[in-house]
Amino acid sequence: MDAVLSGPPAIVLDKVNKWYGALHVLRDVSLTVTEKERVVVCGPSGSGKSTMIRCINRLETHQEGRIIVDGTELTDDLRTLDTIRRDVGMVFQSFNLFPHLTILENCTLAPIWVRKMPKAEAEALAMSYLERVKIPEQAKKYPGQLSGGQQQRVAIARALCMQPKIMLFDEPTSALDPEMIKEVLDTMIGLADTGMTMVCVTHEMGFARQVAHRVVFMDMGEIVESGPPGELFENPKTDRLKLFLSQILRGH
Amino acid sequence: MSDAGIHVPTAARTQTVVASAGLVAWARLNLFGSWWSTAVTLLLGYIILRVVAGVVEWGLIHAIWTVPYSATGIADTAICQVAKGTGACWAVLTDKYRLILFGRYPYAEQWRPAIVVLLFIGLYIVSGMRRFWRKELLVVWVVVLAAIGILMGGGVFGLSDITEDYWGGLPITLILATFGAAFSFPLAVLVALGRRATKLPAVKLLCVLYVEIIRGVPLIAVLFMASVMFPLFMPAGINVDKLLRAQIAFILFAGAYLAEVIRGGLQALPAGQAEAADALGLSYWKKTAFIILPQALRLVIPPLVNTFIGFFKDTSLVLIIGIFDLLTMGKVALSDPPWQSFSTEVYLGLAAVYIAFCFAMSKYSRSLERDLNRARDR
Ligand SMILES: Nc1ncnc2c1ncn2[C@@H]1O[C@H](COP(=O)(O)OP(=O)(O)O)[C@@H](O)[C@H]1O
Ligand SMILES: [Mg+2]
Repeated sequence: MDAVLSGPPAIVLDKVNKWYGALHVLRDVSLTVTEKERVVVCGPSGSGKSTMIRCINRLETHQEGRIIVDGTELTDDLRTLDTIRRDVGMVFQSFNLFPHLTILENCTLAPIWVRKMPKAEAEALAMSYLERVKIPEQAKKYPGQLSGGQQQRVAIARALCMQPKIMLFDEPTSALDPEMIKEVLDTMIGLADTGMTMVCVTHEMGFARQVAHRVVFMDMGEIVESGPPGELFENPKTDRLKLFLSQILRGH
Repeated sequence: MSDAGIHVPTAARTQTVVASAGLVAWARLNLFGSWWSTAVTLLLGYIILRVVAGVVEWGLIHAIWTVPYSATGIADTAICQVAKGTGACWAVLTDKYRLILFGRYPYAEQWRPAIVVLLFIGLYIVSGMRRFWRKELLVVWVVVLAAIGILMGGGVFGLSDITEDYWGGLPITLILATFGAAFSFPLAVLVALGRRATKLPAVKLLCVLYVEIIRGVPLIAVLFMASVMFPLFMPAGINVDKLLRAQIAFILFAGAYLAEVIRGGLQALPAGQAEAADALGLSYWKKTAFIILPQALRLVIPPLVNTFIGFFKDTSLVLIIGIFDLLTMGKVALSDPPWQSFSTEVYLGLAAVYIAFCFAMSKYSRSLERDLNRARDR
C-alpha cells in the first residue's frame, strides 16, 4: 500500500487490529497517507470503514498495532489526544452540528475555547470559511433552519475553522437528498484544490475519480485492494471488489 | 429566525379559525352539536353554576372578615360559630396571618422575615430573566443569601440576636426550598455525569449507590435519620443545628431525584453531539458545559420543574422533626382555642400560598421552554 505522492507521511496505520467484544472489525489494517494526499475509502456497509477513520482521530481506540498521525503516535496519553484533535478535522454523515448554537457560534466555539483565539478573530476566521463554503448569509441562523446540504457545508467550515492539517470525511453525502449532494461534493473538491490531506469514506465514484490520488477498498475489516481510482475501477483484481463495483453501479 | 414563523402548528391554525368564526359558531359546533350534546352541556353548566355560586356565597358574600375582641385581647368568635356552614370565617387569617407567615419570631422584629420573603421572591424573579443569566448572577445569589442569613439571625449591624428556635413560617419554607434547590441541582448534575463515567468505575459506582439508596428510602426516614441518628454519630460536643441537618437531608434527597431526571436528558442526546465536540478537541468539561448540558437540560425542563415543585411541597414534612415551616405554623395557629374549629379556612389560606409558588414555577417552565425552542425549530 505505497503512497502515490512522495513526501513525509501524514497518517501511518501499521497492522492495526480492533475488536468490538468478539467481533474482529479491523484486521491488520496498514495504510500510509502522505501529506497532501487524498484517499477515498470504499467498501460494503459494515466493512469497518467508519471504525478505521474514527481510529485516526481516536474517537475509537485500537487494540493492536500502531497509528501515527503527523508524527505523533496515538496512545492513552491525554496530551497526544489534544494534539491529534487539533490537527485532524472530521465531518460526519449526520452533520452533528450543535442545534442550540447559531451557525457562527458552531464555527467559533472550538477556535475560542481550544485554540484560545480572541472572539473577534475567531468570528472573522469563521466568516471567511463560511464564505468559502458559500453560506456567509446564514451565519446568524440555527442549524435546524438550514437544508441538509447547507448544514453539511457548515460542518465542513466548522472543522476547517480549527485549521487542521488533515480532514476526515465519513460518508458526508450519504444522508443527503440527491439534489444536495453536488453542493457538498463541490465544496470538498474546492478543499482538495487547496492541497489539504484528506481521507474520505464515500461511494461517490465520480468524486473519487476526480479528486482521489488513491482508492482503498475495504471488506470485512481488511484492506483488500488499493490503487489509483482509474486502475482500481477499470481492472479490479479481486472478486470481492468486482462484486462491490457491480452493486454500486447497479445502485446508481 | 425569520423562517421560524412559516410552519404554523395545526393547533394554532385551528385557534385562528375559531377566533375569526366567533365564539357562537364554535359553541354551536362543539357544545350543541346534537340533542344529547346539548343535554350534557346544559346539565354540566347547571352543576358548574351551582358550585361556583355556592363557593362565592360561602367565601365572599356570607364571609366574616373580622371579629370583636374582649378587653383582654381574646377573639370572640361567636359570630363565626353562628355563620359556620354558610359563611367562611376569614377572620382566623386576619387574626393569625403573622403567626402563620413568620412563626414565633419576635413580633416587633417581624419586618425582618418580611424583608427576607421579599428578597427571596426578588431573587426568583431576577434569576428567572434570561438577560440576567451571567456570571454576576452567582454573586447576587451569594450576597442575597448572606443578607437573608444576617436578617434572620441578627447579632450584627445592631440587629438583635434571634436564634433559629424562633424562626418559622414562610421564611423556613423558602429557606429549605431555595438552599435545597441551589445545592441539590449542581450536586445532581455531577451525579448524573458521574453515573455515565464509564472510564471511572469507582465514581460511577459511588453515584449509582447514592441514587439508589436515597431513592429507596422515604424522605421522612431521611429526615428522621438527619435529626435523630446523625447526632449519635457525631463526636460529643459537636452540635450541628436542626435546621441545617434538615437542609442537608433535603439536598441529598432532591439531588438523587434530580440526578435521574438529568441523566434522562443526557441519554436522550444523540451520541453524535459528544463525538463532534470530541473531534473539535474540546476537553471533557468544555464539551459538557457548552454542548452536552445546555441541550440535555433543555430537554428535561418539564420533569425538572415537576421535581422542583414536588420538592417545594415536601419541605412541609419537616413538621415531623419539629421545625416550624409554613404548614406547621398553620397547625399551631389552629391550636388557639377560639379558632380551633376553623381549620378549613386556615388550610385554604395555606393552599393559596403553596399554589401561588407552584403555579408560578409551572408557568415559568412553560415560557422558558417556549423561549428556548423558538429560535431553532427542529
Ligand atoms: N460501537 C460499536 N459496538 C459494537 N459493534 C460495532 C460498533 N460500531 C460498529 N460496530 C460493528 O463494527 C463493524 C464495522 O462497522 P463500521 O466501521 O461502522 O462499518 P462501515 O462504516 O464500513 O459501514 C460492523 O459490523 C458494526 O456492526
Ligand atoms: Mg460507516
